[in-house]
Amino acid sequence: MKILVCMKQVPQKDAPLKLNEAGTWIREDVSYEVNEPDAFALEEALRQKEKHGGEVVAITAGPARSQQVLREALAKGADRAIHLEDAGFVGLDALNVARALAAAIKDEQFDLIFTGLQSDDQGYAQTGVVLAELLGWPHATIIMQIERTGDGIRVKRELEAGFFQFVDMPLPAVLTIQSGINKLRYATLIGIKQAKNKPMRKVTMAEVQPALGPNLQKVERLHVPQKTRNTEFLEGAPAEIAKKLVDKLRNEARVL
Amino acid sequence: MALKFRGVDYLEFDSLLSDDERLVRDTARRFIEDNLIPIIEQCNREGRFPRELVKPMADLGFFGASLHGYGCAGMSNVEYGLVTQELERGDSGVRSFVSVQSALVMYPIFAFGSKEQKQTWLPAMQKGEKLGCFGLTEPDFGSNPGGMRTRARKSGKEYVLNGEKMWITSGSIADVAVIWAKVEDEGNKIRGFLVESDRPGFRAEDIHGKWSLRASVTSSLSLQDVHIPEANLLPGSGGLGSPLKCLNQARYGIAWGAIGAAMACYDCALQYSIFRKQFHDAPIASRQLVQEKLAWMISEITKAQLLVLQVGRLKDNEKVGPQHISMAKRNNVWMALECARMARDILGANGVADEYPIMRHMMNLESVKTYEGTHDIHTLIIGQSITGIDAF
Repeated sequence: MKILVCMKQVPQKDAPLKLNEAGTWIREDVSYEVNEPDAFALEEALRQKEKHGGEVVAITAGPARSQQVLREALAKGADRAIHLEDAGFVGLDALNVARALAAAIKDEQFDLIFTGLQSDDQGYAQTGVVLAELLGWPHATIIMQIERTGDGIRVKRELEAGFFQFVDMPLPAVLTIQSGINKLRYATLIGIKQAKNKPMRKVTMAEVQPALGPNLQKVERLHVPQKTRNTEFLEGAPAEIAKKLVDKLRNEARVL
Repeated sequence: MALKFRGVDYLEFDSLLSDDERLVRDTARRFIEDNLIPIIEQCNREGRFPRELVKPMADLGFFGASLHGYGCAGMSNVEYGLVTQELERGDSGVRSFVSVQSALVMYPIFAFGSKEQKQTWLPAMQKGEKLGCFGLTEPDFGSNPGGMRTRARKSGKEYVLNGEKMWITSGSIADVAVIWAKVEDEGNKIRGFLVESDRPGFRAEDIHGKWSLRASVTSSLSLQDVHIPEANLLPGSGGLGSPLKCLNQARYGIAWGAIGAAMACYDCALQYSIFRKQFHDAPIASRQLVQEKLAWMISEITKAQLLVLQVGRLKDNEKVGPQHISMAKRNNVWMALECARMARDILGANGVADEYPIMRHMMNLESVKTYEGTHDIHTLIIGQSITGIDAF
């Protein structure tokens, strides 16, 4: 099977974030890492390749620094990579990112495309689904398990409240992968060395520009949450206090 | 309360590293966090070497990482250094094990060995299937290895070895020992020999009662009329310069490793000082005396990083001298030990308990300060290089 894994570089989880001057996004001078759900998507693709043979290709869109996620994918065992390299890709909405990815792979014949469930920074959870629509392929989200069945696949989806759904799908298809479904491998030191010799195709913004449209979604302003501390004393008889407390936990804090 | 390590980068040190160097560092960091941190305090208590990590470390390519061929990863010196930093952020004992396997056994076989010796040992050692140790130090000869008493005598197509070696990391778990001995028939020239540990007359006894490097094995070796075929001589070795070349490799790794131990202590003390409250419900981090300690530590760690990175870049360009490596080893281990002591102070009584890693690092670093050339010997190496006068 030939599998494409869409990966994104996101700010490190514990990194202290600062807003840019316009207040529309964060400042660039933070440490970055592979979006965690994408790491699980890559791991699943590598496992599918180990079982069924084929090829794993990693793709990302972003400035030069985002090559880091492709190098890591190659070091872990991806066969080649595609880098849509331009700082402009950072500002695109999910629809345009999906359009750019679709344009970049128009001459390729993939059986499966994996994305992480969502990105840890913007968290749209749309790119994979929109990409499937643009390609005219079926898709399934929040995938826990993938099995080959004849000429198709059977996937396990996570629903809410502990329910799962099993879906039989034809190929090609797009799947968005849930975090934690497998155990991530480490890049070996040899793998990191060998990655240098694996092919990486660069795609410029100009090449995919004709496929893009205006952003339909735009971040106008980010706000840093204000730290507030508010202590409220509940008064009355114990039974009365307990009742008020339950009411507050249920209707204000919404934790019950 | 276990505090999770967050990495230490005050001066955008990471921006001096390539993508690959960061990936190597992050891989080693994750491996240590996942596999060593959960078990290290117990290993230290029990005085147990975590042998179960040998195979996983081999799979990642940690052994002989900077050598080329024979299944080795062919890392640059900076990449290799970053791995030792992360190993020692976990524990100096485990880092010592890797240093010995890589720099003191695989390196001399690689640099001085015959084709057959390389084929026999390097792939198996890279895979962790065979372990090695390095026998230079003797009970009476530490800083002055040239005085060694171990002798090799040629007898037909064999060498016969006699002598005692002391403070040998991995001695009793090694399959092969690189033994340095004076060859009687060659005017007492020092040469290296590969001695398989199952040869009659070879004995390794562990040294017990160590208050340092408790998660690694330290042994004494005894060689009594050990017969080895002449093919076990490392043909390229000759003179004291040969073992010193090996030590240079290992000292370089130590200079990086010490930063790892210092980072662990600093990061722990920093986090502790922010949540520990004394006087007026204020964190102790709000006190000038505590801030002075933290500021000292982060300054020294940052300087140590820049120092060893430059030494690594010089080494990658084959421009490094032993005196440069001495400077990095001497400075970085000293600053790491000072960081451990200051961090211990900040944690108060908690600093001596193994709920936190600080006391373990401090005790480990006491060994690191005097092994592979004591702090003072490195002072003399630097002194000799700048004055041209030997003060040993």
